[in-house]
Amino acid sequence: MASITIDGVNKIFGKTPALKDISLEIRDGEFMVLLGPSGCGKTTLLRCVAGLEQVNGGRVKIGERDVTDLAPRDRNIAMVFQSYAVFPHMTVGGNIGFGLRMKRRPKPEIEKRVREGAELLGLVPFLDRYPAQLSGGQRQRVAVARALVMDAPVLLMDEPLSNLDALLRLQARADLKRLHKEVKRTTIYVTHDQVEAMSMGDRIAVMREGAIEQLGAPMEIYNNPASQFVGGFIGSPPMNFLRGAIRDGSFAGDGFDVPITRMRGDLQGREMVLGVRAEHITIAGEGIPAHVMVVEPLGSHALVTVLVGKTPVKVQAPIDVAVRPDQAINLHFDEATLRWMDAGTGSAIQR
Amino acid sequence: MRARTERFLPFALLLPSIGFLGLLIVIPMVQALLLAVMAEGGGLSAENFQRMFADVNFSDAWRNTLLLLILIVPLQLVLALCMALLINSRFRGHGFFLYIYAIPLAISDLAAGILWLAVFTERGYLNSTLQNAGVITQPILFLSFDNLGGILTAIVIAESWRATAIVLIILIAGLQLIPRDFFEAADLFGANRLRRTVHVVLPLLRPSLQSALIIRTIFAFQTFAVVFALAGRNMPVLAGEAYTWYATNRNEHIAAAYAVLLLGLTIVATVVYLRVLGLREAEVQR
Repeated sequence: MASITIDGVNKIFGKTPALKDISLEIRDGEFMVLLGPSGCGKTTLLRCVAGLEQVNGGRVKIGERDVTDLAPRDRNIAMVFQSYAVFPHMTVGGNIGFGLRMKRRPKPEIEKRVREGAELLGLVPFLDRYPAQLSGGQRQRVAVARALVMDAPVLLMDEPLSNLDALLRLQARADLKRLHKEVKRTTIYVTHDQVEAMSMGDRIAVMREGAIEQLGAPMEIYNNPASQFVGGFIGSPPMNFLRGAIRDGSFAGDGFDVPITRMRGDLQGREMVLGVRAEHITIAGEGIPAHVMVVEPLGSHALVTVLVGKTPVKVQAPIDVAVRPDQAINLHFDEATLRWMDAGTGSAIQR
Repeated sequence: MRARTERFLPFALLLPSIGFLGLLIVIPMVQALLLAVMAEGGGLSAENFQRMFADVNFSDAWRNTLLLLILIVPLQLVLALCMALLINSRFRGHGFFLYIYAIPLAISDLAAGILWLAVFTERGYLNSTLQNAGVITQPILFLSFDNLGGILTAIVIAESWRATAIVLIILIAGLQLIPRDFFEAADLFGANRLRRTVHVVLPLLRPSLQSALIIRTIFAFQTFAVVFALAGRNMPVLAGEAYTWYATNRNEHIAAAYAVLLLGLTIVATVVYLRVLGLREAEVQR
């Protein structure tokens, strides 16, 4: 088993910096998710750990071993590719055992471990089939099995679920989480899907423009986003933001005035952004005036989109909520749940 | 009306190429077949084939054609494969090498033959270079009729130079069709360069290898212009015999018999390649 140390890694494509001085410590056996929008550098960072990209600066260590200058095959890692990269000219069994054959393990050992890998992922009936005869979900499992039988202490996954349909993705997500509990490999998992990140990660590194914007446990990131970007990226629906300024015990902006009891004195008059989650807003008899735009019943609850001033705000309401579009209502914010960001930089402010 | 148009449109679009193939390939082929099985006076006969097999040059032509095929095709394949893998590794300046390698593609085979004649002939570039360098005092007769090894070597070099590029182009196209991920997965799962090539790249390249081999084998059976330019009549080959019987001996029937023999050999080779290198049904991605 092994930890992974990424120390000041830089990567430049042509003149575009893809990774800016990234440092990240991944603990032994940890499931680390790299999360961010496309182009944020998450896949590049993973490929730098894999050795499929050369870093332009910084070091990568696996355990105590500096692997920065080693070829991928010498790093003792396994990887699941986004496209799966399951070889079409080999059977399922041939694919699962590929890495072991390349490492020239004895035949009986290969057979035994291919069998174990196939059992772990429910692929035993398909061992003699070719990938073209499998469904997308089965091919994805072949890719996972091929990586797991390697017994490499480090497992890298590059959006392994993005090519599956929604229902299958839900199933595969739970399967991968169960597998991780069983095999306890140190895992780096790249995704742009914040639900995947929340549900699977021990910790999440939220990336933006080649840098890590926030690193933390899923609920920590959800509850205390380090910036407006993170709050807007994590959670479905994303966090609501209202722009305004603190004046005489209340936070006021276009069309609203929220009474605030506790706030650092030096923030008086400063332009700020208030962040509030949909589930922390209640529809009340009095409070902030809002105009209902859309009501979406979602089974377990209803999602109500309202306008506060000119800003759309999403409110999570009970499914039997009695509001209709064009109705004027009032919202109540629980002060303890409110988050504050600087209006200019977007970074979080402690009050 | 619309359904009708849609049904006939594909055929209409195929018509020009069918017409082209029919006019330039199918009709001459049928004519050659008829010529080959018709006696000079008319009527069906095996006489032309009997005369062809009995001809003094036939066994030499047969041996030389197969010899050239066996020497040239594997050599070209290996050369082209190495060059293609080299270019596909995308080292700095790989585009430049591709252009250099592809230059012979633009040169006709007879011109290529004459060009290499200028190299290998008694007062050619090779002899004068060697003499100027003081390696030899007398010119070597590379292409003398009693120096079969020399002629063969010259032809193999000239043919390889001339026609390896077409194999190269086919293989590069094939390599570029293989997703990058497969190379990376092989690297990551412990394959070194050689094992990656043997276990992943070559099997995935089978369709292109198949096309390249079929094309090269067909052309190797038809090898003629380069041989003619370098060896004249000293080295008879099957396609050359067809030409000689037609142009010099003025016997189109026996020329046609040679052509039919070549057609038969080509078909046999193609079927073998299709069988041996074809993808299994199960491997074909839907």
